[in-house]
Amino acid sequence: MKDRVTVGMLLFVASEAVFFLMLVLAYVNFHKQTGETAASVLDPIKTGVFTVALLSSSFTMWLAEKAREKESNSVAMWLGATIILGGIFIVGQGLEYAHLVMDKITISRDLFGSTFFTLTGFHGLHVLIGLVLLLLLLGLSVFGRKHEPTNIGMQSIAIYWHFVDAVWIVVFSTVYLWRYV
Amino acid sequence: MTDAARPHQTFNWLADIPEYHGLWSWVSSIDHKQIGIMYILSALGFFLAGLTLALIMRIQLMVPMNHFVSQDAYNQIFTMHGTTMVFLVGMPLLFGFAVYLTPLMIGARDMAFPRLNAMGFWIFFFGALLLYFSFVGGGAPAAGWFSYAPLTEKGFLSNPGIDYWALSLLVMGIGSVATGINLITTVLTLRAPGMSLQRVPLFVWMILTTGILVALSLPALNAAIVMILFDRLLNTHFFSPAHGGSAILWQNYFWFFGHPEVYILILPGFGVVTEVIPVFSRKTLYGASFMAASTVAIGFLSFGVWMHHMFTTGLGFWTLYIFALSSLLIAVPTGVKVWTWLATMWGGSLRFTTAMLFATAFIIQFTIGGLSGVIQAVIPLDWQLTDSYFIVAHIHYVLLGGMLFAMISGIYYWYPKVTGRMLSERIGKWHFWLMVLGFNGTFLVMHLLGAFGMPRRVWTYPYGMPMVSAMNFFSTLSAFVLAFSIGLFFWNMAYSFIKGKIAGDNPWDAWTLEWACSSPPPPENFDRLPPVRSRRPLWDLTHPPEDSGRKPGGQL
Ligand code: HEM
Repeated sequence: MKDRVTVGMLLFVASEAVFFLMLVLAYVNFHKQTGETAASVLDPIKTGVFTVALLSSSFTMWLAEKAREKESNSVAMWLGATIILGGIFIVGQGLEYAHLVMDKITISRDLFGSTFFTLTGFHGLHVLIGLVLLLLLLGLSVFGRKHEPTNIGMQSIAIYWHFVDAVWIVVFSTVYLWRYV
Repeated sequence: MTDAARPHQTFNWLADIPEYHGLWSWVSSIDHKQIGIMYILSALGFFLAGLTLALIMRIQLMVPMNHFVSQDAYNQIFTMHGTTMVFLVGMPLLFGFAVYLTPLMIGARDMAFPRLNAMGFWIFFFGALLLYFSFVGGGAPAAGWFSYAPLTEKGFLSNPGIDYWALSLLVMGIGSVATGINLITTVLTLRAPGMSLQRVPLFVWMILTTGILVALSLPALNAAIVMILFDRLLNTHFFSPAHGGSAILWQNYFWFFGHPEVYILILPGFGVVTEVIPVFSRKTLYGASFMAASTVAIGFLSFGVWMHHMFTTGLGFWTLYIFALSSLLIAVPTGVKVWTWLATMWGGSLRFTTAMLFATAFIIQFTIGGLSGVIQAVIPLDWQLTDSYFIVAHIHYVLLGGMLFAMISGIYYWYPKVTGRMLSERIGKWHFWLMVLGFNGTFLVMHLLGAFGMPRRVWTYPYGMPMVSAMNFFSTLSAFVLAFSIGLFFWNMAYSFIKGKIAGDNPWDAWTLEWACSSPPPPENFDRLPPVRSRRPLWDLTHPPEDSGRKPGGQL
């Protein structure tokens, strides 16, 4: 725990967790009014598939970390896999948004739109930021010097990526799966 | 440390250090000392702005049915006053002290992330300018410093004031989270060899707790502000009851942030006083471990009391009950602190320098503010006093008589370290007595005004209320005494920078590490560190370990 980059990243993730907690609470707070809309317009199966992509990206990220620790040369491969899986998730979210907007469900239509788009939008933004960071790591592992990306760099970005996935588990459960309870 | 022991050139005046010459060296700086100084200078600048706004309010309230400013302007002015004092004075002041002192006190070269530190400052600075730009950009915010919904919805306040308020606070909030994380990481990872967490000065403990509160409570404000911005700019409906939204939701969010925030503001002040009092009592702090533990307790509890700001919103019985209890509970660790300071002074050989005077006044005034706080945790009384001048009195006893007095004590104490020059004690004594007089004159009567039923945030009051008129008149006069004393303070800082006595490394005979380097500290802080074997490394230097039988450093 002596390493400052890791400590800093853990603290950052903790503060982000509070941020997302507030967005989730806003969604939950209005669920009584919005639950029906959510059940009728969202498709948990389709989004579930993209969810699987995002969750498996955590696994490939973990493999990339392990590969970096062992100095094996499969780092770039696993990073690439992580990026592709994360990319699939983002594309999925884009398709879902397009579909909803075509059905005239927008952020300003009603409380469902407000809470849904704000919550999932901020999550998507975090995935995008994560993808940029991962691309940087990939660039370093292909073109960088021998010790790059550093172990610590890998670890801290992995912490962020796992966090983004964990947030999605919470979001997916509250937004998409609530109707089943 | 003698000069011979130092290979580098040493300086005894801030303006002599070549690395700090020229505007560019400040703008591009990532040196925690320069950034700390810039934080404090901007805070003092904005304090003058906030003070001016306060004086305008007091002039308006001096006599009944006054027309010094319009009703609409008054709303903008108290909103800007409150927002300025909390976010543009309190926060940068504490960050300034924190980033300047923390690395020195733990024997580090700089903060954990120096560039992030610079970013935090500049983000704050431009966010603050953005808030003030609202005056020329279509009207200042006018919904009070906590901007309650639904008043903040576009249907009620359509000018861009609230947008400026929200954007500016969001920008500054992001900067604060970054700096909070930076401070925690610095304390956790960069301590000098031998400097265990038990041995860091208590100021550093307070900063650590503050950092944690900042990192965990400001994101809640940021999230709420994002929602209010979306409500206004993208037509979402979070806080708009007309579309099924919830105004109470905003209150919950705001106070979930807001109550930790007041501890964020006060804890560094506690830290300053905790450093100042032992040095001028020539005694070690009584019960240092109690002090550290009560700090952590306050930090923890402060997340569980937010609803006491909402006792009048129609909460259920149990909610009321639990939050009243937790609010009474938080008075306990605070009481422990007051007790610890008093016990430290008890029987010490006290030196009443200006710094010590301010610290002493802090204890008394903060206790008064704390007591009027406990009164409001008692719900029936709160229902009577809420939104009256009693609350205004309470806010100012805690924040001005408490936080600001402590910070001024800190400025008198550390100014010699930062600039290499002593502040004038003669002007300092005048400043102190006039400020005590002016402050208590202005705000003590406000308790009564509140009990007599004068509501806060009113623009004026009718004729024919003799007591109310007389007290308001008195309060305004005292406010001018207060303002005059602040003028003396600024004059002292400017004058002493040029004409002050040369301070030397350790003018107060203090014990913590920042006094081990020259005044001002060289850009690289320490050439070499004295060994750290207790909480008072400089005391150990002159008292070798042989007589450590009665070790004053006190282990936790
Ligand atoms: C320097 C002398 C000061 C004077 C004369 C002064 C005066 C006032 C007055 C008269 C009000 C009440 C406005 C109303 O309710 O109509 C007020 C509100 C307030 N003041 Fe001060 N004040 C001073 C300093 C400070 C300081 C140092 C702080 C905090 C660090 C502070 C924080 C606040 C806050 C948070 C409010 C509430 C604003 C609101 O209602 O939204 N004040 N002040």
